[in-house]
Amino acid sequence: MPEVVVSIGPQHPALKEPVNFKIVADGEKIVRLELDLSYNHRGIEKAAEQRNFIRVLPLLERVCGICSHSHATVFSKGIEEIMGLEIPPRAQYIRTIIAELERMHSHLLWLGVAAHVIGFNTLFMWTWRDREAVQDTLEEMSGNRVHYGMNEIGGVRRDLTPAQVEAALERLPALEERIKKYVEMVNSEETMLIRFRDVGKMSREEALKYGAVGPTARASGVDYDVRRDDPYLAYAEVPWNVITDTHGDVYGRTRVRVGELWESTQIVRYCLENLPAGPIRVDAPKNAPKGEILSRYEAPRGELAHFIRTNGTDKVERVDIRTPTLANWTSVAVCLVNQNIADIPVIVAAIDPCLSCTSRMTVVNRVDKEGR
Amino acid sequence: MGVPDTGMSQRLVNWARAKSPWITVYNSGACNACDIEIIACLMPRFDVERFGILVKGSPRHADILIVTGHVTLKQASRLRRVWEQMPEPKYVIAMGACGASGGVFHGLYHMVESVDCVVPVDVYVAGCPPRPDEIINAVVTCLNLLEEDAAHGGKEWRQKKPATGVDAEGKSCTVVS
Ligand code: SF4
Repeated sequence: MPEVVVSIGPQHPALKEPVNFKIVADGEKIVRLELDLSYNHRGIEKAAEQRNFIRVLPLLERVCGICSHSHATVFSKGIEEIMGLEIPPRAQYIRTIIAELERMHSHLLWLGVAAHVIGFNTLFMWTWRDREAVQDTLEEMSGNRVHYGMNEIGGVRRDLTPAQVEAALERLPALEERIKKYVEMVNSEETMLIRFRDVGKMSREEALKYGAVGPTARASGVDYDVRRDDPYLAYAEVPWNVITDTHGDVYGRTRVRVGELWESTQIVRYCLENLPAGPIRVDAPKNAPKGEILSRYEAPRGELAHFIRTNGTDKVERVDIRTPTLANWTSVAVCLVNQNIADIPVIVAAIDPCLSCTSRMTVVNRVDKEGR
Repeated sequence: MGVPDTGMSQRLVNWARAKSPWITVYNSGACNACDIEIIACLMPRFDVERFGILVKGSPRHADILIVTGHVTLKQASRLRRVWEQMPEPKYVIAMGACGASGGVFHGLYHMVESVDCVVPVDVYVAGCPPRPDEIINAVVTCLNLLEEDAAHGGKEWRQKKPATGVDAEGKSCTVVS
């Protein structure tokens, strides 16, 4: 049978974000996938060079609405390292709490979306309802539901009051209860097992070869997590486990994410209970000395890296952002080959794609295309 | 137009439209936060479906277009096309600081000046991102506009200049005053 090209997007009922897929299909089977990710390119990296460290953090937060704290933290972490600042432990703990709450809201959001694409809308509604508890906590702590604005170079901007800590701790048991239920559901719910098992399989070798990161890689048995392997914030002091799985399919990725949800609740609980006293920030100098750094961070979707070069002024000379979704797209293109067309949404959703952060990068691709 | 159509069937259509507006969301360069807050509106806590508000994938079924984010050059023509596909009467809500002025992205090299260069905007929502309550409020404001427009027989009574859209470069742009 001749191959057919199916073009989807950028605006399509099944897509939440602007992306263009060209799927080359032979009957029901996918032969190849071509992607155009550049719709949301905004030019943040360029803009970051023109703003000083105070103004650049809100901009970097808005790289992505879901992992906003990740981008701000990884950047301030890098700059602080260049400046040689020692961040007070209380600030480290507060950053960790927000980071893990963010991971919880992101994974709950993902679980809902994954359930939605297989038509299991009940779970979609459940997870998003439970996510509101996390959002409430975040709002109490930071004043905003999505962009928290907690970071500044040298520490955090807002302290946690005892009342906030108490309110957060009060919400945790109910969440833990629900997350236990999700762990159970993922392993026993027939609807999910049928649609997730053996779909989009990727072996450990493939995951390493194509540079998959985060839960996508860990589901294929790659035991790697920046939080453990290159500890930052308070992760070295908190007891927690890296979740891996050997299934390598969408089922495995779901298990990893649900497992991480549980770990996140435990990290948040530990940090809240053992919050050290002391100041929440140190005074940072206005200018950063000349230097280069690759700052790494485990965002909800995987390893996020900011390459930062400073030149002795109060602005960066270059910041290059490598987001986890960009690293994972290649693995999607591999997973999709020989799968059914009907499984595209599940497999794509399984890496938890986030296009607003990925799109910025693809200007490079556009140059390539012109050169071709 | 100009003279309101007050026939029985038209009144019925207007009534039905205001009772169950269908919405389509177009992400024209947002940071995703606005999008997830819209989805949060559909969820049990805010549950806009109880007002008959439905989110539809296709612009051809929609009464209200919610534009999230600033418009990138690449998206401008697509956004315009999505808007053109919507049946009249159509309304546009621009979400957040980005929709109003560009927010943190104002002036970046791959950005159109503002959303209202590309499509005429009826309602702006403040916030970055707006809370779900504010989004619901915006939709309700839009519905009031819809009823007023029906009484006036069209949108012309409150619009001064229509948006012209942008060329491929995003250069020619008439801002609606
Ligand atoms: S208004 Fe704020 S939250 Fe909404 S898309 Fe723009 S930057 Fe993101």
